[in-house]
Amino acid sequence: MDAPAVEQAVSRMADDVVRLAADATELVLLGIHRRGVQLAALLAEGIRARCGLALATGSLDITLYRDDLMVVGPRPVVGQTRLPAGGIDGRTVCIVDDVLYTGRTVRAALDELADFGRPSRTLLAVLVDRGGRELPIQADVVGERVDVPQGGRVEVMVPEIDGSLGVDLVEAAG
Amino acid sequence: MAQELVNPTLGKDLVGLEELTREQITAILDTAETFKEISERPVRKVPFLRGRTVVNAFFENSTRTRVSFEFAEKRMGADTVSISTSGSSVQKGETLVDTARNLEAMRIDMVVIRHASSGSAKFLADRIESHVINAGDGKHEHPTQGLLDLLTIRDHRGPIEGLKVCICGDVLHSRVARSNIHGLKRLGAEVAVCGPLTLMPADVAELGVHWFRRIEEAIEWADVLNVLRLQLERMKAGFIPSLREYNRIFGVTRARVEAAPRDVLILHPGPMNRGVEIDSDVADGPHSVILQQVTNGVAVRMAVLYLLAGGPAHDGEAST
Amino acid sequence: MSRVLIRGGRVVDPSQSLDAVLDVLLDAGRVARVGEGLESSEGTETVDASGLVVTPGLIDVHVHLREPGGEHKETIESGARAAVAGGFTAVVAMPNTDPPIDSPASVGFVRARGAAAGLARVYPSGCITPGQKGEQLTEIGELLAAGAVCITDDGKPVMNAGLMRMALEYAQSFDLPVAVHAEELTLSRGGTMNEGIIATRLGLTGIPNAAEDVMIARDLLLAQLTGGRLHIQHVATRGGVEMIRAAKAMGVRVTAEGSPHHFTLTDEAVEWYNTNAKMNPPLRSAADRDAVRAGVADGTLDVIATDHAPHHYDEKEQAFEDAPNGIVGLETAVGLAFTELVATGVIDLATMVERMSCAPARAMSLDRFGLGSLREGSAGDVTLLDPLAEWTVDAAAFQSLSRNTPFGGRRLRCRAVRTIVGGRTVWEAGR
Repeated sequence: MDAPAVEQAVSRMADDVVRLAADATELVLLGIHRRGVQLAALLAEGIRARCGLALATGSLDITLYRDDLMVVGPRPVVGQTRLPAGGIDGRTVCIVDDVLYTGRTVRAALDELADFGRPSRTLLAVLVDRGGRELPIQADVVGERVDVPQGGRVEVMVPEIDGSLGVDLVEAAG
Repeated sequence: MAQELVNPTLGKDLVGLEELTREQITAILDTAETFKEISERPVRKVPFLRGRTVVNAFFENSTRTRVSFEFAEKRMGADTVSISTSGSSVQKGETLVDTARNLEAMRIDMVVIRHASSGSAKFLADRIESHVINAGDGKHEHPTQGLLDLLTIRDHRGPIEGLKVCICGDVLHSRVARSNIHGLKRLGAEVAVCGPLTLMPADVAELGVHWFRRIEEAIEWADVLNVLRLQLERMKAGFIPSLREYNRIFGVTRARVEAAPRDVLILHPGPMNRGVEIDSDVADGPHSVILQQVTNGVAVRMAVLYLLAGGPAHDGEAST
Repeated sequence: MSRVLIRGGRVVDPSQSLDAVLDVLLDAGRVARVGEGLESSEGTETVDASGLVVTPGLIDVHVHLREPGGEHKETIESGARAAVAGGFTAVVAMPNTDPPIDSPASVGFVRARGAAAGLARVYPSGCITPGQKGEQLTEIGELLAAGAVCITDDGKPVMNAGLMRMALEYAQSFDLPVAVHAEELTLSRGGTMNEGIIATRLGLTGIPNAAEDVMIARDLLLAQLTGGRLHIQHVATRGGVEMIRAAKAMGVRVTAEGSPHHFTLTDEAVEWYNTNAKMNPPLRSAADRDAVRAGVADGTLDVIATDHAPHHYDEKEQAFEDAPNGIVGLETAVGLAFTELVATGVIDLATMVERMSCAPARAMSLDRFGLGSLREGSAGDVTLLDPLAEWTVDAAAFQSLSRNTPFGGRRLRCRAVRTIVGGRTVWEAGR
C-alpha cells in the first residue's frame, strides 16, 4: 500500500470508529508504541475532519506487559506511556495499532489498561489485519485485511519513524 | 514489529559504573525516565518480573536504600525477600560465601547486595549465576545512587556533557563519590572534589578530577554540588578536628550558595547531617533537589532491574 | 647413608668463589671433598649431576609454619616438606604462631617438631616481646639457649622506639640478629594494599610507602646508635632500599630481605580484588619493584626470603578486606628468582646462590653450623637445580597444605630436582 492508499484506509477507519463509538465526546484514542502512536494521531485527525471533534489521544507502551520477554538478550527500548488528562475511567477507549497478528500485543495492552482504570468500553482499530491469531482477539475497525505467505512480514511505515507512509509486504528470506 | 529498538545489554550484573559505557549509562537513564510514570499510576505495578524472586541481602544497615529497592522490585511485579544481618555476631567472610551458595541453591533470580567490604558485590557476582546488583560495597561503588544522581542532574540541568559538578565532603571513604565520578566523567561532565586533603583519596587527580581546597571556590565554579554525608567517626579518627570546624570551613551554607554566580543545584545522597556538611535552609531550600533524588531512585532501580540481561542461565525458557 | 658422590655437576659456591664442573663427596653428613674426577667406592651412593647446578643448600630465613595453632594451613612437617620440594635445606620459622613462640618451651617445641620431620632443618626464631604485645622484652638469652637463631615480632612492628632500642642493645650480648617487620601502624591505618590509584578505584584503604620507610629509617638509626645487628624483613619500597644502601655505606650492621613477589609483581596484581595478591607489606608500584630488583642485584638486599605465609582456601575466599595477608612462596622461589632475575640478566647464577644460601646463612649466623657453603667440613646440605627445566606453577601440586599463590599458571624456568640435608636425600623431583 502506498501513501494515498493508507490515507484512504485511515479515512475509512475514521468513519467506522465514529459510527461504533456512540458518544464521540467520551472517545479516547490510545496508540500502541511505536507506530500505533502516529496512526492514532492520523486517525484522530481523520475523525476531526469528519465531525470537527478534537479527540483526546495518548500513547501506550506495552513492553513491560509482554509475555515473550523472558529471554537472554538485549532489552527493547521502552517508550513513554502517557494517558490523556482525565484518565480512562468511564470513557470509550479505542486502542490503535499498525498490525494485528497473533493478538498478544493487544492482550498486553488490555492488561495494562486494566491497571489504569475501567473504561466503559474498549475498541480496537488496526491498519492491517494479517490473520494468524493465537488468542481470541478481533479488531473492531480494520483498514485492510492482508494474506501473508508463510514466513512473510507486514511492515508499516509512518513519516515520523520511517520517513514515509505506507505498508510493505516482505517475503520470507531465501 | 520490524526494526525494534533495543537497549545495549548490561551484562549479568551491575557492580559499578566504572565499567559501563556511555551508551549503557544513557540507556539506564532513558529507561528510568519512561518508568517514572509507573509510580504515578493508580496501580503502581507492572507484571514484568512477575514470578521472579529478588533477594535484598543487606549486610550493612540501610533502611532507605533497601526500601527503595523493595519498592522498585515490587513495582516491577517481583516477589521480594529481604535479609538483613547486622554482621556483629557472624564472621563476615563465612556469611558471604555461604550466602552465595545458599542463594544459588534456592534458585534466586536476582540479588541486591549491600556489604561493608569493598569488592563484595563482585565477589558474589563471580560465584553465583543470578544477577547481582551492587547496593553499596564498602568504599568501592554504589552504582544505583550514582545513576539516580545523574538522572536528577539531567532533569534539572539538561545533558550532562560539559556540566561542572563538584562532589563535596569525605570523598576518601565514599562509594557514592566514586560512582558519581565514574558516571559523570563517562557522560562528559567536568568533575571536581572539595574537602580537606585528609578526606581526599591519593591520586584523585589521576581520575581526571580537580581538587578545590575551599568550598567558596567550588561553589563559584560549579553548576551542581553533590554534598556527601560526613560521618562522626572521621572526627574521632583524626581526619578532621571537629564537626564544627568542618561546617565553618566546608559547610554548604545558605550564605555561600546565595553568593554563587549561578543557580547552583544541590544534591545529597542522604541521610543528612544538618548543620554539618549542609545547613537545613539549603537542604530545604530552592536549590535543593534532594527529595527528587529519592523519587528518581525508585525509577532508576526499576530501570536496572529491567535492563539486566534476561533470565538466569538455568532458566532455559524459550520465547514464544 | 654414609657416602654420597655428586658427580659432574656445575658446582656454584660463592663462599669459595667456585663455579666449575666438579664432583662433591659427602661423608657422614658433611662435605668431605670437592674436586675433579673423585673416585667412587663401594657403598657410595652416586648421583649423576650432569647438566645440573650443584649449590650449598638453599636457606629461607623467613617462613611461617603455622604450628602451633594454625595446623589447618600448614604444619612444621608440611612446611619442611614444601621447603625441600622448593630446594631449601633449612628454614627459619617465624614465631607469630598461636600461641606465639616467646618462651624456651615453645622454642624447644618447634625444634623438636622440625627434627622429627627429618626434612629441611627448622630453626626457630623467638618473639622480641611476650605475646608480640610490644610492651617488654622476652627472655632473649633463654630463647637463644633453647635454640632460637634470631628474635622478631614479625607480623607486627615494635612500635615503641625505646623498647626497640633496648632490644637491639640487649640482643647484642648474644650477637643475635633482631629481625624487624617495619610498619608504622598509624600510617598504615588498617590498609590492605598499596596506596595509589588502584586502591582509590577499588575503594580500599591504601598503605603509603611512608608507613614502611618511617620505620625503616627509625630502625636503621637505632641500629646505628646501638651497634646492634638489624635484619630488615621483606623490603618493598624504593625509599627503604635507598636508606639501607646508605646505612650500609655508613657501616651500620644491617642485613635485609627482598622477597620474590616484591621483585616480580606490582599492585596491578590486586585487580580485581585478588586476595592471593594481598600481603603485608603490600605489592607496590613498578618503581618500587624495580628498586627491590636493583637492591637484590647490588646486595643492598642481601637475602632472598619468601615470607612463606600459608592460608587455608576458605580464609582467602573472602572479600578482599576480610582476607588474611600472605602467600606461600617456598615452592616458587627458585623458579621466580631464576626467571625474573637470572634469565633476564639482572644477576648471575652465582649471585642468586649467594642471595639464597651464603648470605642467609651469615645473616642468621647459621654459618657456624656449616650452612651456606660447600667448603670441606661444611654441613652436607646440597641443592641440585636444573636450570633448563621449564615448568608451570600448579598450586594443586604443592607439598604445602595451602594453595594461596598469585603465580598459578605461570611459566617458570629452573627447578630444584634433588635436595640433600646432612648427606641424606630428602627430596627428589618426580618421586
